[in-house]
Formats: sequence, structure tokens, C-alpha cells
Amino acid sequence: MPYLAKSPWVIHYDGSSCNGCDIEVLACLTPMYDVERFGIINTGNPKHADVFLVTGSVNEQNISVIKQIYDQMPRPKVVVAVGICAISGGVFKECYNIMGGVDTVIPVDVYVPGCAARPEAIIDGVVKGLAALEEKRKRLPEEIAAEKAAEREEKAAGAEALAEAAKEQAGGADGPATEVGAAADEDAEGSEKASAEPDARIEPDEGAEAEGKGGQNG
Amino acid sequence: MIKLDGFSLNIVAMAAYLVLAPFVGGLLAGLDRKISARMQGRVGPPVLQPFYDVLKLLEKEKVTVNDAQGFYTACCLIFMIVTGCLFFVGVSLLLVIFTLTVASLFLVVAAFSSNSPYAQVGAERELLQMMAYEPMVLIAAIGLYMVSGNSFNVGDIMGHGRVGIIYLPGIFLGFLFILTIKLRKSPFDLSTSHHAHQELVKGLTTELSGGTLAMLEIAHWYENVMLLGFVFLFFANGTVLWAAIGVAVCVVAYFVEVFIDNVNARMKWQFALNSSWIVALTFGVANMLVVYIADISNWMGGGY
Repeated sequence: MPYLAKSPWVIHYDGSSCNGCDIEVLACLTPMYDVERFGIINTGNPKHADVFLVTGSVNEQNISVIKQIYDQMPRPKVVVAVGICAISGGVFKECYNIMGGVDTVIPVDVYVPGCAARPEAIIDGVVKGLAALEEKRKRLPEEIAAEKAAEREEKAAGAEALAEAAKEQAGGADGPATEVGAAADEDAEGSEKASAEPDARIEPDEGAEAEGKGGQNG
Repeated sequence: MIKLDGFSLNIVAMAAYLVLAPFVGGLLAGLDRKISARMQGRVGPPVLQPFYDVLKLLEKEKVTVNDAQGFYTACCLIFMIVTGCLFFVGVSLLLVIFTLTVASLFLVVAAFSSNSPYAQVGAERELLQMMAYEPMVLIAAIGLYMVSGNSFNVGDIMGHGRVGIIYLPGIFLGFLFILTIKLRKSPFDLSTSHHAHQELVKGLTTELSGGTLAMLEIAHWYENVMLLGFVFLFFANGTVLWAAIGVAVCVVAYFVEVFIDNVNARMKWQFALNSSWIVALTFGVANMLVVYIADISNWMGGGY
């Protein structure tokens, strides 16, 4: 059962704008429009969010912020660009520091035009986004499987490269015939041993990366 | 009415808790959100919304900063279930309180393990909250021990003829006070909140996402039912009348907590710590003293 459509949690980011759309997004949460009727919650946390509402255009300084928020959201996720600035840059388009719309940085699923976009239009945009969200949910298991396969291949390729490097080293070194030399001689066993080694080497790197992500959060 | 003198009946109560608690807890959470919305002049989400949320979280991609975090959160859920099972099977209240603490600690460890500054501040606040409510929970257990013929066993307390609330009104009020902390309601939802307070992003649960967050939510439902069971304990004496009153009071207590949640802003941790200790010392200890003195005079006069 697709429950995603019944509880889309939203994270909202306002880029370089006049804050008009920003305020209209918040207006959606008020008793007048009450988006919680549809299970929509405004979370302040990208890790809990399903829908990324971006208002305002992208400038040189908020590129990294938008990218980080997007990367920290677990899939399936959709991006809704709210207001003309988020779509194309709007009146700020010609400014020296403006990149343009949000789609210059991250993939956008729904565009909600307006200056400022009306709350009804924003709600409509989120609802349109739910259809995209559902499609992405269906594709997700395949995507994850493909990624895992690619990762495994990459690891295997890395292991092979390392094993070859070890072989060359062992061949180049004239002195002691230690284990490395022995491994290089015996093809099958040697490659297995060597492939076990790079695994251990790669993992700490990944760990450091993950920690880095956690630290930068928000 | 469950008459807690048979082993098999205790097992039935435990099994009922195990199966029904998540549904009851989830429904309570849904009613909470609906009532909160109505208090704010909104329509509010469907009553089943908490179930949709959890099922949605289970559909999401698994993203964690480390593998240990999921394990710690799972331990939190398991110990929360164990706590409730021990409570409904009718063993010692002290054991129940200790396993409850272990469950909370696993959550704190899960938050600390992420190295995220928001989760860490949330975890520190959670520890402070535990310091705040723990004395009152222990005093409540001791109070029930005193009126139930010197037994900490939940079974004995429920089966004993005396109704706790008549002897322990102060301790009951004190327990309701710290219930606000345990249910994560304003003004004491410091470590994490269901509302959109964002000064700590989501505090304790910042780094939890998808299935891990779903586990925590289910643990919270189990916990809420267990805590309402604790409230019920003040009214149980083995008769149907008092059992009905107990259930009614549980419902009213939950409604009052929702009301308090909606009329209060979030307070600083100092207020949480000071106020709950002052309440524990005045309401809790004073009530204990009165019961103690009454017991001695009764004993000199030849029993109850």
C-alpha cells in the first residue's frame, strides 16, 4: 500500500527571494488552509522529509545548502519549486550572483508559478508532487539494487587494481620472498587474499565520509 | 476486569498488551493530533494518521550515519515492550521502572552515537529530563508499596483492597506532573517534540530516519500505554467500579496532558528540573510522610 501519499512530510528552504513565497508556504500551515488535514507536516529535518519545497532563486552562496538538504533526504523524495524565482530566477535573474532557478542545482519535479505563489497553488503543487513520489517509490527497490551492484563491481575493480599493484611491487622488489611474493606467485589464492585487503582499506574511508555528512547536517 | 491471582490471567494480560498496545497507543496519538488541531481551530489529520506516518517511514530508504544506531533504537523498542510486559504480567514495580530507564538510555545512546550536534544536545536534554522525572516515579512506586501491604508487585497492588488514590492524592498529582515529561508534551518537550519546534532541528531524533524512526514511534506508543497503566494503578483495587473509574481517569489525564501541551510554550531545562524536583519533594514526600504516620497510628491502634 502506498502510504507515502498519505503522510508527505515537508522541508522548506527559502533561497534568495523577497520572502513572499516563504510566507505563503507558512500560510499553508495556518488554520485557514491547514495542510495537516492531508497528513502534511512541516519538519525542520531533511532526514524526516519527503517533499522539498524551495522558494526563491539560487545564488552562489546557497548552492551548497540546497544540495546538502537534498542529499540528506532519504529516497523517495520530490522537489517542488515554488514561485517564479525558484523556477527561473524571476526578477533576480540578471543579478551577477544568481544562478537561476532551483533546477540549475537539483532535479525539480513540480513547478508552482506565481509571484507570490498562492497557498492554494502550493498545496496543489505538493499534491501533484505526490504522484511523482509514488512513481519514485515504485522504482526505488530497483534503483537500490542497481546501486548496490555497481558498488560491488567498483569494489571488485578496486581490489583487482590493488592486487595488480601488489603483484608489480612484489615483482619489482628483488629481495625477500615474503608472503606478498608468495601471493603474487599463486594466482587464485593470491587474488583472494589481496581482495580481502582492499576491502579493509576502503571501509574506513566510507566511514569517514558518512561521519562527515552527519557532522555537516543542517 | 482482570483478577490478578492466576498465572494464566497474567499471561493473558501481557499478551493483550503485546498485541493491542501499539494500536491503542497509535489511536491515542491520532486523537491527540485531532484534538490539538481542534483546539487550534483547525480540522486536523485523520485519526489514523500516526499509523500512516509509521507505515510511510517503513517505505523509505534506509539511511543511517552508522550501523549501531539502528541496533540501539531496536534495543529501545525491545526494552520498552519488555517494560510493559513486566508491568502487565504483574511483577515488581521497581523492575518495571529500571527496564523503562534502560529503554530510555538506549535511545540516548542511539542519539549520542551519531555525533550530530543536534542529536547530542537532544540526548543531553533527555538525560536531564530523566533526572527530572525519576525521583517522582520512584516515590510513586514507594507510595503504592506503602498502601498495598508492603508489596511492590503490580499484581498485589491491583489485588489489594485499598484504593491508592484515597491515600496518595499528592503522589498522584506529582505523577501527573512528570507524565508531561514522559509523554513529551510542552512545556517539557525539550529533547524532541512532535511539534514543529526547530531550534534543535528534531533534537534526539534528528539522525533517525525511515524504519529507525518508525521503531521509535512504536516504542513511544508502547510506552504511553504502559504509563497510562501506571495511572490506572492508583485506582485499581480489584473491583469493577474502581476499574471503570481508573479507565475514565486515564482518558481524562491524557486529555489534560494534550490541553497542557497546547497552552504552553517550551520551557528551559532548568525549569523542568527544578519544578519536577520541587513537586516531588512537596507533593510526593509530604504524602509519603502522611501515609507513614497514619500507618504507625493505625498499627498502635490495632491495625486497619
